[in-house]
Amino acid sequence: MIGSVIAGIASSAVRLATPYLYAAIGETIGQLSGVLNLGVDGIMLMGAYVAFFIVLRTGSLSLGLISAAGIGAVLGLLMAFISVTLKAEQGISGIGLYIFGLGLSTLLFGMTVGHVQTIDGFPDLVIPGLSAIPVIGDIFFHHNILVYVAFALVPIAWFVLNRTPFGLKVRAAGQKPEAADSLGVNVERIRYMTVILGGTLSGVAGASLSIALLNTFQQNLTNGMGFIAVALVYFGGWRTSGVLLGALLFSTVNAIQVWLQVKGVNVPSDFALMMPYVVTILVLTAMAKRRVNTPAALNKPFERGES
Amino acid sequence: MKVRKLAIGLLLIGIIGSSFGILAAAAPFRVAFVMPSTINDSAWSQSMYEALMAIQKEMGKDNFQIDYSENMFVISDAAAAIRDYASQGYNLIIAHGSQYGSSLVDIAPDFPNVSFAWGSTANTFSDMGITNVFSYQPYSEQGGYVQGVLAAKLSQSGIIGVIGPIETGDAKRYTEGFKAGVLATNPNATVSVTWTGSYSDVSLAAETARTMINAGADVLTGTSQMVIGAIGVAKKHGVLWFGYDVDQSPLAPKIVVSSVIVDWTVALKPMIESIQNGVLGGKVFPLTLANGGLKIAVNPEGLVGQTIDDIISGKIQINLGD
Repeated sequence: MIGSVIAGIASSAVRLATPYLYAAIGETIGQLSGVLNLGVDGIMLMGAYVAFFIVLRTGSLSLGLISAAGIGAVLGLLMAFISVTLKAEQGISGIGLYIFGLGLSTLLFGMTVGHVQTIDGFPDLVIPGLSAIPVIGDIFFHHNILVYVAFALVPIAWFVLNRTPFGLKVRAAGQKPEAADSLGVNVERIRYMTVILGGTLSGVAGASLSIALLNTFQQNLTNGMGFIAVALVYFGGWRTSGVLLGALLFSTVNAIQVWLQVKGVNVPSDFALMMPYVVTILVLTAMAKRRVNTPAALNKPFERGES
Repeated sequence: MKVRKLAIGLLLIGIIGSSFGILAAAAPFRVAFVMPSTINDSAWSQSMYEALMAIQKEMGKDNFQIDYSENMFVISDAAAAIRDYASQGYNLIIAHGSQYGSSLVDIAPDFPNVSFAWGSTANTFSDMGITNVFSYQPYSEQGGYVQGVLAAKLSQSGIIGVIGPIETGDAKRYTEGFKAGVLATNPNATVSVTWTGSYSDVSLAAETARTMINAGADVLTGTSQMVIGAIGVAKKHGVLWFGYDVDQSPLAPKIVVSSVIVDWTVALKPMIESIQNGVLGGKVFPLTLANGGLKIAVNPEGLVGQTIDDIISGKIQINLGD
């Protein structure tokens, strides 16, 4: 009994965490290089819309996924151009990008699809062998492919950021861009790459909703998830493991509150709904002192030759 | 001479005045519609939009004009839009949401010649001396009850899930009615009700549906535009769904049994008539099964259609017993 309860809640949490992982890992890479992109939610919406539209019209899930990644990369490029080349204030241009993505996805949805529809998205891919392990199998190995990829992304991103020359350059661009520049690192190019990569992952985050987890599209489908993803980057202290922990904590508490209500446990629904946010704030407060590795050049455009 | 000038003047005034009268008679009825979501939300706002379009089709585009503002989730934005429409001389402004009531108390007295309507509620603020506000109230519990009876009959596990947005208004009435219908039919059934705290959190609605299915639910229902997430999950797991607001069977023809639909024309038509007769508010328009404001739309492609198809294709062979 207790095993199935834990399995049910944890398996919900794993699914709920998926879009946050893509978006927050992408945002972590961008922020480590010194660019704050608040447009994540807008990029997610465009990714979600494009993936949904392509699957609706062609039936090809992989084409939908690639298109979502593509539109994410294009919007990342736009953000990079605005914040790196034009050196516009990052916070404001990010909010602009969000509103642009929200508006454009709504407009295109209205013009091309018109009304809410459902599609057949990525099916669950039960991993042979592993899925038979009691509890663990139910929690981790009964999901669609985009869930697995999201979790695989965490160690991959950690490795790239901490064990490769590229990762070193990314962190240098975000901590001491002048020093990095003097050592021959092309700071602007690095930032372009990270923001485009972040955009790509945000696009995939949107696709994970529209063609894998929810299999539908609606105006403002993400409901502000992109902003929670940005918050998770701070929560996780710009570490991929911290982001994973934050995403899992937030979605576990969310899964618990859903489960409590479904099971008819007598808690007021308003209280249950507050829980994810209250717990997140409590943990954030408890960890406040330990959070020291804010990228020094975050939110600061790099001017070559200045110092 | 003076008398003549006066006569000509009077005549001119008369001509201008009467031509104004003619113009006024030919002026179209103008409706402004302020909604929290969009006209294609497959739920609350779409049902009202479709009713307005139906009336426009009847009266003609020249006689009945519709303007609307979507995505007015923020009440202060909605209030600004309502005031704007009122100052532009619309005949009727529909503030489609119970969250807009306090704004109407503020705005309606400033525009005594404009009529306002809002819902779901039975409050027209007449006790506050306001005379130009109508209200409409679907008796959603009636439709909920009917679907609850059907759900109880169709459920094999006896576990039935309801996914609601916020425990208030229309959603609460529907849920209470649905629960009563289930329990009247099968007192041993479990109705598990979950509120997501949002009208638009599609992701949480989907996860709630999954959790309910894991807990053994084989029939689900729910209200507000977020339920498309739950319908997607129900479709994937082949779990039956009962819809609300609009006919939701096109979203998942195989699993939607029926939908409670609200036909707002039942409230709108007498409302418009009342405005044309000079009474600008003070009435509550109920929408019930009795007056046709609530209807149960049975999905022709669902269980019924499937069985017909299976008989035609020969998949079902009927044994006559001899």
